[in-house]
Amino acid sequence: MSNFFKNSDLSRNEAENIISDTLKKCDDGELYLENSKSESILLDDNKIKDSNYNSDLGFGFRAVSGETVAYSHSNEISKNSLKVSANNLKSTLKSVQGIYNHSINKSNKRYYENINPIEQKTLNEKISILNKVNDYLRSKNDNVKQVTANFSGEQKSIEIIRSGGETLTDVRPLVRFNVSVMVEKKGRKETGGYGIGGRQSYDNYLREDNWKNVCDEALRIANVNLESKPAPAGEMKVVLGPGWPAILIHEAVGHGLEGDFNRKKTSAFHDLMGQKVASEGVTIVDDGTIDNRRGSLSIDDEGTPTEKTVLIENGILKNFMQDRLNARLMKTRSTGSGRRENFRHVVLPRMRNTMMLSGEQTQDEMIKSVDKGIFAVSFGGGQVDITSGKFVFNCTEAYEIINGKIGSPIKGATLIGDGPSILKEVSMVGNDMMLDPGIGTCGKAGQGVPVGVAQPSILIDKMTVGGTKL
Amino acid sequence: MVKDQEYLEKKASYCIDLAKKLGASGVGVNVGSSISETVNFRNKKLDESNRSDNLGIDITTYIGKKKSSISSSNLLKDNLNILIEKCVETTKNTPEDEFNALPDKNLLAKEIKELNLYDESHIENEDKINYLSRLEVSASRDTKIVNTESSFTEDKSNFVLANSDGFCKGYKTSSFIASSVTVAKDDKSMERDYEYTLKCHLDDIKSAEELGKAAAEHTIRKLSPKKIGSEKIAIIFDKRIAKGMLSTFANAISSSSISRGTSFLKDKINQKIFSDSINIFDKPDIIKGLGSKSFDSEGVVTETLKLVDEGILKHYLVDTYNGKKLNLKSNGRCGGTSNLYFDNGKISYKDLLSANPKCLYITETIGHGSNIITGDYSVGATGFLVENGEFKYPINEITIAGNFKDMFKNITLANDLEFEYSTNSPTMMIEGMVVAGK
Repeated sequence: MSNFFKNSDLSRNEAENIISDTLKKCDDGELYLENSKSESILLDDNKIKDSNYNSDLGFGFRAVSGETVAYSHSNEISKNSLKVSANNLKSTLKSVQGIYNHSINKSNKRYYENINPIEQKTLNEKISILNKVNDYLRSKNDNVKQVTANFSGEQKSIEIIRSGGETLTDVRPLVRFNVSVMVEKKGRKETGGYGIGGRQSYDNYLREDNWKNVCDEALRIANVNLESKPAPAGEMKVVLGPGWPAILIHEAVGHGLEGDFNRKKTSAFHDLMGQKVASEGVTIVDDGTIDNRRGSLSIDDEGTPTEKTVLIENGILKNFMQDRLNARLMKTRSTGSGRRENFRHVVLPRMRNTMMLSGEQTQDEMIKSVDKGIFAVSFGGGQVDITSGKFVFNCTEAYEIINGKIGSPIKGATLIGDGPSILKEVSMVGNDMMLDPGIGTCGKAGQGVPVGVAQPSILIDKMTVGGTKL
Repeated sequence: MVKDQEYLEKKASYCIDLAKKLGASGVGVNVGSSISETVNFRNKKLDESNRSDNLGIDITTYIGKKKSSISSSNLLKDNLNILIEKCVETTKNTPEDEFNALPDKNLLAKEIKELNLYDESHIENEDKINYLSRLEVSASRDTKIVNTESSFTEDKSNFVLANSDGFCKGYKTSSFIASSVTVAKDDKSMERDYEYTLKCHLDDIKSAEELGKAAAEHTIRKLSPKKIGSEKIAIIFDKRIAKGMLSTFANAISSSSISRGTSFLKDKINQKIFSDSINIFDKPDIIKGLGSKSFDSEGVVTETLKLVDEGILKHYLVDTYNGKKLNLKSNGRCGGTSNLYFDNGKISYKDLLSANPKCLYITETIGHGSNIITGDYSVGATGFLVENGEFKYPINEITIAGNFKDMFKNITLANDLEFEYSTNSPTMMIEGMVVAGK
């Protein structure tokens, strides 16, 4: 735990008084303190190119009244700095009259250990693995022309102080290991990448069988892409593999079910609560409570314990994801989904681990049922236009399907669809749900937060594939 | 107030001295301070105010050819002492890299150019609120507009870049940004679009009324879109999308992509990569330019470069490290381009629209579909069908795809270049791309 007042001219008592005084006529608000330490070690082009260590400290002070949020943040935890912020909040909300909402649930559940992954291993141990990764890949295959590998680790300590002195704390570890490889054959270059991570120590990733698996997978994808043909263009059937392809769920429906867009009625889902938005058999949850997962949180960034929120149950829209502000304005409760990238940003309702649950069919049955279509196994990033509902994502490993059989690999293409209708096009849900390997970062309003996704294989009856072959 | 030059210089020299005392043979420091104040409106009401007070320091230490770096937002002496000690220790334990070095002393900037990048005017929140109120009235005039969000940000920054070879320079910059995002609805669809204005000087930003009106017009014309069939068709990129082609080009000619061999433009220097009529400049000394700078992020002086001359690639964007790898001198592009732009083409916007009997006019793309290794491009797109020079109806849920190597050779530019952003393009037509729709 960080003691945020140790080297400051500001005592906890004085801070509590300023907080209570500033928030007394507001509906909600808090002082959020954060101390994070992070490192990144990068191997690229046969060398350790970067070893970077970052330490970040600061506070964000928020006052909420009605629909209005006043926010002020600073790196300096000092009497003067907090007073400047308090005055800034007061000047924005000078004519308000609210009743402070003291209710906040308590839970002692923790979904990760209180550790600092950076300090648990020496720099030399990490450098030595990265060098082994480089040697292993380059000796494994003559086509390998470039290898990039990196470790990144973080420990973030937060403290939330609410009006009246109520205090909530959390310490969050996060690590990630990534490998990217470029291969070249007969003048043609392609890449493949793979990574793993979670809220835990590096231990798991430093075991030889584990880092080798990551390397093998990156190289396999790169080699598949060397043989890829131009992708088809137009509407067709799409089979998605299990695990990471669930970023389709994240983009297509996840963002549209965040509370703020629905309160503001700018989401294509805002008037569909209780209605059928997906095929029968489709159930989607957003779960912050899975041990050691990248998207898991013991408490969210407002102090609310996280939970497993059912978003869509058997095709019916059941819940939106809420932070305290949007929950209050929509007369519901926070689902523990209030998140921020760091103290520089206001809280927004965000996803944690977004998962489509298993059905009964097998992936084989799906492939066999397709005359002409594609089988998408791995993806790069995705994006959505919340208002029109249109979303895209980019395949990094995909194959054509012809007459029920998997054919040649195809070049990376963008798939585009319509969020509110895509889940109605899901005609088979697989029995093979898988979590992603722990590498997702979701961007919204300029804020990146770690998230997870999961899904079984699914068959989508109609989607537009953005290839070049007509 | 942002921290003044003296405060930042003192911090920088403290770090350099301490790192040298602890055994560093070379040190680079960048220390910055910024204060930004934002007011957001939604549906004609105050939605959010945000004051942001930022400090930050980046320190890189060298011991011979070994290098490591730290960054922090905590500039208290105790913390800096711990971090610098950690940085020097890490440097000792990091393997050597023969190309690691501070920039060549002869290339460092000798002076700070007079670029007029700082406007000291302060606009009170009351005045921001007044601007946004007028903006939202203008944006919501049409009943089809069902939601308006707008924002006004004033930003003041100061920085000092210093190294152990005696370089120590920095300057203040400011920016004023206003934006308007509107949502329109009819019985068939709901659409969102935007307009924004960003300038170094307060007096140069667009009027509130103009901004709100433009956002609303962009949005309303997108209502009731259709999906078209898959075909090969000429595509016209609106300026706000066309500039993205330049950003991809800049990525592909960065010395880091070139030295790693991960660019489709590797080994293309002095070769023709665009059609004859294409000229591309990177000009760092435009007065009040959004990308203007006196030196790059290593302190190396930046001069104007004609990157592409009549279709031929003339320069990569070179920094010190990758320059040494490629046996090239840094041309002051560590951290990227400055004011990057395509020179004007020869035909008018109107003639470009009617150059083909049928074409697609793209106003927005989504997705990260640019692969600079292979040059493959595939993104989601929104726009309009244009027939015989006239806008017919809005289009969405399509993708556009091609390969940059071919696309670059098929670019035709209009003569309507304006300097609205740091990277700027006239309206652009590319023939021979594939649209995937129905």
